[in-house]
Formats: sequence, structure tokens, C-alpha cells
Amino acid sequence: MASQEESSQPSDTLTTLKTESETLKTKLEEERAKLHDVELHQVAEKIEALGQFVIKNRRTLKGHGNKVLCMDWCKDKRRIVSSSQDGKVIVWDAFTTNKEHAVTMPCTWVMACAYAPSGCAVACGGLDNKCSVYPLSLDKNENLAAKKKSVAMHTNYLSACCFTNSDMQILTSSGDGTCALWDVESGQMLQSFHGHAADVLCLDLAPSETGNTFVSGGCDKKACVWDMRTGQCIQSFETHESDINSVRYYPSGDAFASGSDDATCRLYDLRADREVAIYSKESIIFGASSVDFSFSGRLLFGGYNDYTINVWDVLKGTRMSILFGHENRVSTLRVSPDGTAFCSGSWDNTLRIWA
Amino acid sequence: MSGSSNIVAMKKVVQQLRFEANINRVKVSQAAAELQQFCIQNALQDPLLTGVSSSTNPFRTQKVCSFL
Repeated sequence: MASQEESSQPSDTLTTLKTESETLKTKLEEERAKLHDVELHQVAEKIEALGQFVIKNRRTLKGHGNKVLCMDWCKDKRRIVSSSQDGKVIVWDAFTTNKEHAVTMPCTWVMACAYAPSGCAVACGGLDNKCSVYPLSLDKNENLAAKKKSVAMHTNYLSACCFTNSDMQILTSSGDGTCALWDVESGQMLQSFHGHAADVLCLDLAPSETGNTFVSGGCDKKACVWDMRTGQCIQSFETHESDINSVRYYPSGDAFASGSDDATCRLYDLRADREVAIYSKESIIFGASSVDFSFSGRLLFGGYNDYTINVWDVLKGTRMSILFGHENRVSTLRVSPDGTAFCSGSWDNTLRIWA
Repeated sequence: MSGSSNIVAMKKVVQQLRFEANINRVKVSQAAAELQQFCIQNALQDPLLTGVSSSTNPFRTQKVCSFL
């Protein structure tokens, strides 16, 4: 193989490689198709349909002056961090709706925020191309911005960030097409993940029992599963017809869901290595911006650009419910750590808690 | 030379595709059965699914809204 680099016709080699790549792509599809013996919803025909359940808007968090772009729950199941277009990052007590901390970032469009596992810090970033960590002080008068620590540096906007299993490492995704793993203390990049052909918009860490992997989704319509230790892409899925705005692991870690601008959400099983369900309706024509599973994985909540939240039966593939309440696009949605509620954030400047 | 960097990039694509083509896969029927099994096993612990009552779900207790 080494001799080919010295050979006289680079275009021949390129053609050979392109042909090989097309052959491999076909082979990949054939291998996947061989195992496609049934649809998920067919397997699910035998189980009972879900009864009516009531999910309502129980709390509305008002205080952001502009579009809410991202939110995350604290492990204590009651605190929430949210970030907005006007550069504000707010920590709320979702039970009481009180604001506990507020930070003003030096940039607008804070597209990503995350709560540290300890509950003692939050990370955020956006158009500043960085991810910064702010330790949360018990002293309400303390200026949080003074203790800010810049951790990640990308060459384009930060689209998502997530602490790993400790406060010590952060995973980021960016408009520069890469993801990266950083050491919080030193700010050093520990691993980078290359493979997306366009902006990476979202990521999710596999549940801890499943090991060191994460999934990312991007403007190249691809979802990729990565090995955090080696930086290698271990599986990739390209069935969406537009940008993937959100990815979230199924609670067992064996599958993940995605939400896309193509107005569908999809479920990909990692062991079957293929898409196993599409959640869509002809009447849903606006993109899905954010998805998350209920505790058992039976329900998939999707926030959409038509201001609604659709609740899907993951196994049967049917829509159970539509939730109205937001007055503009739903931009972010996460189920609480113990599954008792979920929170949605919107371009209507509010966050809502549903239970 | 842009020609050779294209080749390097294509080689990476081909390597990646070879890797992905060779992974072990299970049948959809088996994978689907396991997803379903997980749902069923955890259904009772899923508060949003079972509709936990007001007494145990902190978000459902009646609270006075505070206006900000």
C-alpha cells in the first residue's frame, strides 16, 4: 500500500479508493439488511397499549429576557441550569421556581449548558467558541463570573457540553465539526473526535453501566457513536433527511433516539446496528429540536419547532399525546434524573416543568 | 499537493467503512425483544408512565405560584 503514494497517477488511486468506499457502503447496507427480520412495532404488537395518562404543565420558570436555548437538571432532581440567547445562565430551584444563581456570559447565544455531577458547578458556552465552568457558590452575593474557568476551545460555536461521570472531565461538540474531551482542571484536550462532515449539534453520554461511549449528531445528517478512549467512531447512522438536532441514549444504553429538522424522531439500536423505528406523522412538518426518554424508555418526549411537545410510545411507534403551552419553538427538553418530571425550554423565554 | 491529501482522506474513509462493515450485529427481532423487555421491567418505576399521585410526586403538589 505504501508504494501507491509514490506512484504516478494520484487520480487512479483516488478512483480506486472511491470505488472501494462505494462497495463497502453497499456491503454495510447488505449486512444490516440481512438481520432486518422484523420491525420493532411488530414485536410490540403483543404488549398492552398504554392507558390515558395526564401530563400537565406544573411549573413555569420565568426570568430569562430572551430565547432559552439549553437546560440541564442537577442530580438532586430539583435544580436546573438554563442558558439563553442574551448571554444569561440561570440556576433555578424547580420546586419553588426561585432563581438561585445568575451569571452573564461575555457572549450571546449560550447554546450549551450542563450541571456538574456534584451539583457544585455548571458549564456553558456558545458563540464564544469556548466551554467555561463556573463553580456555584453558597454565598449569593459572590460574583460567580470572577471564578470562571475556561476549559474548552473550539474554532467555531459550542453546540453542546456534558460532564462525564465526574466534575473533572467535559465532553463538547462544536460547529467546527468536532467533539472533544477536556480535563477541567488543566483545560487540556484529552481526546478529539473527527468524522462529522459539518457542524456537530448535539451529543449524549452513554449510561455509565454501558462503558465509555457517546453519541453525536450533526448537520451532515449523521449520528456517530464514539469510543471515548481511542477517539474512534465505532458506528454511524445516516438515515435522517436533515440536520440532527438532538440525540439521547435509551436508558439501557442499547439504543439511542434522535430528533431532526426532517420532522421525525428515530430510534437506532446499537446491537442491530440500524434504525429500528421512525416517529413521524404527516401532520408534523416542523423540526424536532430535542428528545428524551422517560425512565423506563417506554415514552419518548420530543420538543418541536411548532411550539408543541409530542409524546411517543417508543415500542409501538404511535403518538400518545401532544402537549401545548409554549408560545414559541421548544428548543430544549430533558427528563429529570429520577423520571418524575421533564423540563422544556423555549424561544418564548420560559422553561416549563411537566409531570 | 492537494491530490495526495485527498487520497489520505479517502483512505481514512475506506478504513472506517471497513471497520464498520465488520462489526458484530444481532437480528432486529432479538434487539427489539430486549428493548421491550427493558421497558416492561422498568415500567412500574417510571413515574411519568404510571402517573404517580400528588402525594409522592413533588411537582404535582399544589403550590402557590410566586410571581417574579
